[in-house]
Amino acid sequence: MDLNYSQEELAFRDEVRSWLAANLPQELKDKAHLSKDELMRWHRILAKQGWVAPAWPKEWGGTGWNVVQRYIFEEELGYAGSPPIMPFGLSMCAPVLLAFGTEAQKKRFLPRIYHGDDFWCQGYSEPGAGSDLASLKTKAQKHQDHYVVNGQKIWTSYAHYADWMFCLVRTDATVEKRQEGISFLLIDMKTPGVTVRPLLLMDGGHSVNEVFLDDVRVPAENLVHKENQGWTVAKYLLGYERMNTGRIGESKRELRKLKESFSEKQKDLRWRDRLTRVEVELMALEITNLRFLDRMRRTGQPPGADVSMLKIRGTEIQQALTELAMQAADPAAPETQALERRYLDMRKTTIYAGSNEIQRNIIAKMTLGL
Amino acid sequence: MNFDYNEEQQLLADSVRRFLQKDYDFEKRKAILQNGWSERVWATFAEMGLTALPLPAEHGGFGGGAVDLMSVMEAFGEALVVEPYLPTVLAAQVIAKAGSAQQKQSILPLVAQGKMRLALATGERGVIGAPMADKVVFLRGNEIWVIGRSELPLKPHRTLDDLAAAEIRFDGKGEKPGHADSALLEEVQDFGAALSCAEAVGAMKFACDTTLEYLKARRQFGVPIGAFQALQHRMVDMFISYEQAKSMACLACSKVDQSESANERSRAVSAAKIKIADSARHISQESVQLHGGMGMSEELKVSHTFRRLTVLARRFGDADQHLARFASL
Repeated sequence: MDLNYSQEELAFRDEVRSWLAANLPQELKDKAHLSKDELMRWHRILAKQGWVAPAWPKEWGGTGWNVVQRYIFEEELGYAGSPPIMPFGLSMCAPVLLAFGTEAQKKRFLPRIYHGDDFWCQGYSEPGAGSDLASLKTKAQKHQDHYVVNGQKIWTSYAHYADWMFCLVRTDATVEKRQEGISFLLIDMKTPGVTVRPLLLMDGGHSVNEVFLDDVRVPAENLVHKENQGWTVAKYLLGYERMNTGRIGESKRELRKLKESFSEKQKDLRWRDRLTRVEVELMALEITNLRFLDRMRRTGQPPGADVSMLKIRGTEIQQALTELAMQAADPAAPETQALERRYLDMRKTTIYAGSNEIQRNIIAKMTLGL
Repeated sequence: MNFDYNEEQQLLADSVRRFLQKDYDFEKRKAILQNGWSERVWATFAEMGLTALPLPAEHGGFGGGAVDLMSVMEAFGEALVVEPYLPTVLAAQVIAKAGSAQQKQSILPLVAQGKMRLALATGERGVIGAPMADKVVFLRGNEIWVIGRSELPLKPHRTLDDLAAAEIRFDGKGEKPGHADSALLEEVQDFGAALSCAEAVGAMKFACDTTLEYLKARRQFGVPIGAFQALQHRMVDMFISYEQAKSMACLACSKVDQSESANERSRAVSAAKIKIADSARHISQESVQLHGGMGMSEELKVSHTFRRLTVLARRFGDADQHLARFASL
């Protein structure tokens, strides 16, 4: 048993760290609400370095890093306070195209995703289909060489920035098993009939939207995989390796900043002990994450369902840290509101990307056999 | 980076587990408890090399560290072993690190061979393993006294988790005291604390496994109670709690073996103790709750595991003490 990184891994970490120190623009660090230009600026800096899509096959621009290197890279990004790399194109749509897309689809979309020419969003949730995603109703009817799509998507992150949306639609409403009538479509957001309406969240920020689809004509060539096989695609994506569900790097940075900004507050032992417990939880999560990586590297197997615990604990830690920051600040001071709003904003983390209750269902069923 | 036990560690863990499954199941343990402990079990531990494992090679040991002992302690925690293994190991460590040449020679080889048991006393109360120890290593400030058990007035009792312990009265008579600085004693304490974390992780594993089995087997309202989401989510939280605790036990044991500084080691150990205390409380309470009335019963092992976890959460310092130490480092 050896919990330390190898010399090569440490050298790799130092390489990433010093590159970030030199190339991450100061004005993009720790910024809460980023414009499309800011997000894409960072995307292109990474693309130029060849680091924007580490997990892709090398022929399409992947780095060939192993799982540990990919984890180190993501942790360093978080720890440096870098803007998020938007996952919708790079680590959601692209893996689907790589696994299920035609050659033509790959050639058409992958380079543009890589270079940040297209901004993607994910059209999954609907007003009546949240955790129970298979109950989605947005309808796509085939007419010769195109589909006509009608329906509504909701909670669509960054739809207001997006050029394209990958979308789950119902192509067969008659099947008994609801999962069997769903297809995976790529929709150009400029198509007539696509309307994006902002949904402001309680922190006052705008990142999610409603997307209305009224008689939207989508060329049949934009279907990924076979018609009515979209659920297979969606499930593949859920199991797709993501190294950073625990957000370890981000939380480590948050913790460090918290200690620096509120050194006086640490004399309040009640607050200090709460902070320590979160710090310990974060240490444990980091080791647990490394244990999973070690297992993946040795077995060559994708992560099991138990990695859902990284999402559960990671988001709980993110929330706890923003709450502690809020509690440390003077409630009467106007500048405290930024921390309060951040606390509000972070409540989304245990809801999005499969609510923590859904994650518990997954572990109960897949890992514990309940 | 590698989280596996090496081949030797794995083989040892397997043989310890096999022995405990066969000769230390819940029924056999009950019989052992009649007497308080088993000489035969101790002899088997010695045969397997457990008593020699953590001692220095020059005194008949194998020079093993905390990671080498970790899997053994996990197995002990699962089986709720009552023999005074950890007290013997810790007292032997004190002798090995700070004892006189004569003490090392006269004590350590016998301990390695399984022919001598020790207890480590940091005070006069609740000295675990004292009733069956041949010698008690008594720490008074920085003085190390080694006293034959027969020379010590001793009032035996059982701890909540069925370990033989005693209140001793030390009258200042014994071998001329040796000296140990506080850094060394802290090192031994951290070693013990890290191993108690591993033991707790083993007990947590049993509590989780047996509760999961129960959820699948116990039927109410016509279905296994594990079909109810309210219980599923609680079981999942126990499982996560266990995995997080296990991670911290790994961290503590490897930092005890290898750290850049005493601070780094103590920080890791305190962090582990905090996490293990919280997980021990969470898992033990939930394991009994999810068993319903049966969980309260003496007849089920899970209630005994509850006791062990309750005590382990506080042995070598409770969460509050370690919160304070962690913040001070």
